[in-house]
Amino acid sequence: MQPKTLFDRIWERHLVAEPEGEPALLYVDLHLIHEVTSPQAFEGLRLSGRRVRRPDLSLATMDHNVPTDEGPVTDLLAHRQLEALRRNCEEFGVTLFATGSGREGIVHVIGPELGLTQPGITIVCGDSHTSTHGAFGALAFGIGTSEVEHVLATQTLAQRRPKTMRISFEGELPERATAKDLILAAIGELGVSGGVGYVVEYGGEAIRALSMENRMTVCNMSIEWGARAGMIAPDDTTFAYLEGRPAAPEGAAWEQALDNWRALAGDTDATFDRELVVDVSGLVPQVTWGTNPEMVAPLDGAVPDPADYGDAAERAGVERALAYMGLTPGTKIEDIAVDRVFIGSCTNARIEDLRTAAAVVAGKRVHPSVRALVVPGSATVKRQAEEEGLDRIFTGAGFEWRRAGCSMCLGMNPDILQPGERCASTSNRNFEGRQGSGGRTHLVSPALAAAAAVAGHFVDPRELEPVA
Amino acid sequence: MKAFRHVTGRAAVLDRGDVDTDQIIPKQFLKRIERTGYGEFLFFDWMKEPDFELRRPEYAGARILLAGRNFGCGSSREHAAWALQDYGFEVVIAPSFGDIFRTNALKIGLVPIVLPADTVEVLMRAVSDGSSLTVDLEAQQVAGPGHLVVEFEFEPFARDCLLQGLDDIALTLKREEAIVAYERSHAAAVDTTALSL
Repeated sequence: MQPKTLFDRIWERHLVAEPEGEPALLYVDLHLIHEVTSPQAFEGLRLSGRRVRRPDLSLATMDHNVPTDEGPVTDLLAHRQLEALRRNCEEFGVTLFATGSGREGIVHVIGPELGLTQPGITIVCGDSHTSTHGAFGALAFGIGTSEVEHVLATQTLAQRRPKTMRISFEGELPERATAKDLILAAIGELGVSGGVGYVVEYGGEAIRALSMENRMTVCNMSIEWGARAGMIAPDDTTFAYLEGRPAAPEGAAWEQALDNWRALAGDTDATFDRELVVDVSGLVPQVTWGTNPEMVAPLDGAVPDPADYGDAAERAGVERALAYMGLTPGTKIEDIAVDRVFIGSCTNARIEDLRTAAAVVAGKRVHPSVRALVVPGSATVKRQAEEEGLDRIFTGAGFEWRRAGCSMCLGMNPDILQPGERCASTSNRNFEGRQGSGGRTHLVSPALAAAAAVAGHFVDPRELEPVA
Repeated sequence: MKAFRHVTGRAAVLDRGDVDTDQIIPKQFLKRIERTGYGEFLFFDWMKEPDFELRRPEYAGARILLAGRNFGCGSSREHAAWALQDYGFEVVIAPSFGDIFRTNALKIGLVPIVLPADTVEVLMRAVSDGSSLTVDLEAQQVAGPGHLVVEFEFEPFARDCLLQGLDDIALTLKREEAIVAYERSHAAAVDTTALSL
């Protein structure tokens, strides 16, 4: 029998039809919905008299434009959009975890924490960071609003079979480097379009050693180098994370699920369209300096000089990025001062991220020139952090402690940068204006963001003044 | 979806790589619940720059956009495709596209055409004086000033859908029997209604 990859197995198990000369029709096991990319899809159903085929495989939450301070939604457009989601979910029978329900949060944080995200299933959502769920060995990818409507109506999606790639991260990750640094460095190497057309399986010793939450950080950023999806073969780490979660199977069904999940990993002799090996044993913390995630440098490095780029188009891009970022070539990364720090987003706002950041700031103070924000990824993460006393560590150091949401990752709510403000952010995109028109974003790990909040500039957390 | 066969019109040149959907339509315009009216917000921040390419008078009324590699990378927001179409573009030609953007464009009848980077450069030079291009999806050709003719590849099924303006949900619903058969033979992995509060 032809050896198969993890992707091959999931793809083949979800084929509803393979019409000659047309894309394959793939079944969708879980459809996640939020307020921003769904209203036009529900309206499309209404206009054509269609229903939601499988409300039981759909789940909606409010995340993108919800304010994170206590208090009502004062933005009328945001309010109208959130109310539209509420009405649509009622009308079409879709379960909604609304703000204040206690289960709301960033759609890619709540799927895993509820145990809905499971190995071997297909997951789509009108959001490009749906790739996050691939950390469980699911095939998960972002779709647009027309496709959201298609999934609502048919529970399927027409898809061309993508190419496959495997990246093996070999060696042991040094203590000061994190999953965020691993994926940022990889994107720096492969470029923002290096993954276009591929579903990528991340493997190797360094990936196996990561916790589930760190694996989610890696898969989350697959789209930042253009990959259709990122995935990691499920193993005991995956199963231990899932056991006992609200939507995870129980009893005999759990044992049966384990048997199925253990059989998912790809055959050792399966081949990919492209295979890469990356040695991470020398990896250091990473900081982006430009306006897309491939524009990244090591913490002990410097802002590059456009003159060093041979390709004219690339040089123009770097010049434009540096002008936007207000940076001079040759400036040491550690000499870049920040005005704002954002710890949050579907990339880095789970409990382990908050623990890591809290450990860095414990007993220290946020630098007087910095305004720092922690936005937990979900109401559940927030509750757990408060039970562990992390909120008091953050507020005691001078951080603002907020309610769950996407917040300053994309600034659809009131949490935005002012023009010219510079932010150390644990999010996923440093595009121009992403966190607010004219705002300047540097992507970093939670540990580096926390250290920047204390020092007022980028610095290795180990070099912060010890607590007196 | 409106059918598309061919278009003749001015082509605007945006010779930058990795133009992300955050630039095409910034987040503050994603709060609307309508599908139309995004054109006036296209490239909202860049349009404020006096020398932004799309503000050049020779590109007024352009119906074709010539762009750099990896156009439409980033966010899945279909609003980016809606904004380009609402602004008046019917075709985008680039060396490569972000996957989700390309799919979104196809779904709404905004035609994404991939050509090699050096061919896109030839087209960019050819229209720099405001000359028109003709894009013919049926013939899979782009024709420009002089005797410039370039052929392009297009996935046959997607091309048929565009040429006929097909509703892909209606197409899938014709496969109702196959969907039902799949559902009968595959137990659902999750039940979100069991999580209802």
